[in-house]
Amino acid sequence: MTNKQEVTFEEAMEKLEEIIEKLEEGEVPLEKAIKYYEQGMELSKVCSEKLTRVEKQMEQIVNEQGEMEPFIIQEEE
Amino acid sequence: MDSHLKEVWLKGEISNFKHHSRGHMYFTIKDDYSRIQAVMFAGNNRNLKFRPENGMNVLLKGEINIYEPQGQYQLYIQQMEPDGIGALYLAYEQLKEKLAAEGLFDPLRKKSIPVYPKHIGVITSPTGAAVRDIITTIRRRFPIVQVTIIPALVQGDQAPKSIVKAIQFANQSPNFDVLIVGRGGGSIEELWSFNEEIVARSIAQSHIPIISAVGHETDFTISDLVADIRAATPTGAAEIAVPSQQELIEKVHHLERSLKRVINDQIVRNKERLNKMKKSYAFRYPEQLIKQKEQQLDKNVDRLGRGIAQLQDQRRSSYTYLQKRLIQQHPDKQVKQLNNHLQQLLTRHHRSFQSIFRDHDKRFGTMIDKLSLLNPLNTMKRGYSISYTDEGKVISSITSVQPGDKMTVKVVDGSLDCQVWGIEEETNNDK
Repeated sequence: MTNKQEVTFEEAMEKLEEIIEKLEEGEVPLEKAIKYYEQGMELSKVCSEKLTRVEKQMEQIVNEQGEMEPFIIQEEE
Repeated sequence: MDSHLKEVWLKGEISNFKHHSRGHMYFTIKDDYSRIQAVMFAGNNRNLKFRPENGMNVLLKGEINIYEPQGQYQLYIQQMEPDGIGALYLAYEQLKEKLAAEGLFDPLRKKSIPVYPKHIGVITSPTGAAVRDIITTIRRRFPIVQVTIIPALVQGDQAPKSIVKAIQFANQSPNFDVLIVGRGGGSIEELWSFNEEIVARSIAQSHIPIISAVGHETDFTISDLVADIRAATPTGAAEIAVPSQQELIEKVHHLERSLKRVINDQIVRNKERLNKMKKSYAFRYPEQLIKQKEQQLDKNVDRLGRGIAQLQDQRRSSYTYLQKRLIQQHPDKQVKQLNNHLQQLLTRHHRSFQSIFRDHDKRFGTMIDKLSLLNPLNTMKRGYSISYTDEGKVISSITSVQPGDKMTVKVVDGSLDCQVWGIEEETNNDK
């Protein structure tokens, strides 16, 4: 996990689940297990951050020129 | 022409149906009592929602006129509707059958919807309940996703082309990882665009996974069948498209708890193992272990000593053997032998020398005897002398000297210096 930016949420989730699965098998030597644990906690942090990051996503709409512009829901007339 | 025949409604069954390659349709309309030839030109049949077939009951509107080459009445059809079941229903069934035969509904063709989409394209009308339901549901569940509306007409004649255009636009732009295509509820006519073949084919061709959301729970369009997944309603489509952020946060927390629990378990297990080991015999009675080991050490030292002694013995005996062999090969012995041999040779040599010497001594004595017999001195003792010229040559003939020459005469006890006075040749009468 050298670069958090590069990991997508999906990848991070998959990796985290993989790590837990490995650990649950119980065959991992302690030192490695601890390394996995640290990695897992890091991933968990990445996932949480990605999920809760306050980044207001604006809806947009494709106009007739094929360009994006902000979209505001119109209430039905 | 009878003006009553200008606009005629007719009900009957199609037979001898022929769809000419140039587009016109020719067939016979009949019922139990009568029949009439009918033609529907391409310009009129182009907008038929269904495909006429033999045996099909239809409602027709048209004009009756005479086909002059054959001199018979003919119905020129302007409109045709299936009788009994609705035209749209029939068209729906026919298209469904056709596309099913092509395998467009095959579950194996269906693309999977991404679990965590980043950018969702919504193809629908930018006004109305559908777009609002979709957006609010997405925002509620998964606010971090990007949503782009690709506006399309969702009812009316222009709708199919508009929907197809929007799907194609989405597929040409690099952004979208899933599309929602749909509209809110309405009559079957209002939803009809989603039963159009070009819309169905465009959905099938999309490389972006498509969630269809047309009308309500009970509405099942061809688009729903072709789409990768069908949602009952626009809200349902939004729920399928995105995971719930809240659930995901819970899931992450759950995973984190699992992680902690698993590592804890492992640490506890290891601690237990360690404690068990601490309580083990070896740790509780370490001196016992040492005693045992000491005994073993002693034993081993003994064994080592014995082993070394044995090894030494072996080495020693092999050394002695080698030494013996070496002594046997000592050069002294050879020297002695050679010396003996030499002595023998010397003795033999000495003996042979002595015998040779004796032989020679004896021979020498004999020769001395013989020699003494020949010694002129002995002769001289008896009065003989030897004369020598001045040059020291023995004079044995008168020719050797001249009168007046000096000469020396040796006698037994000395020599006489003489001079020749005269020479007298002797006649040898002894001869």
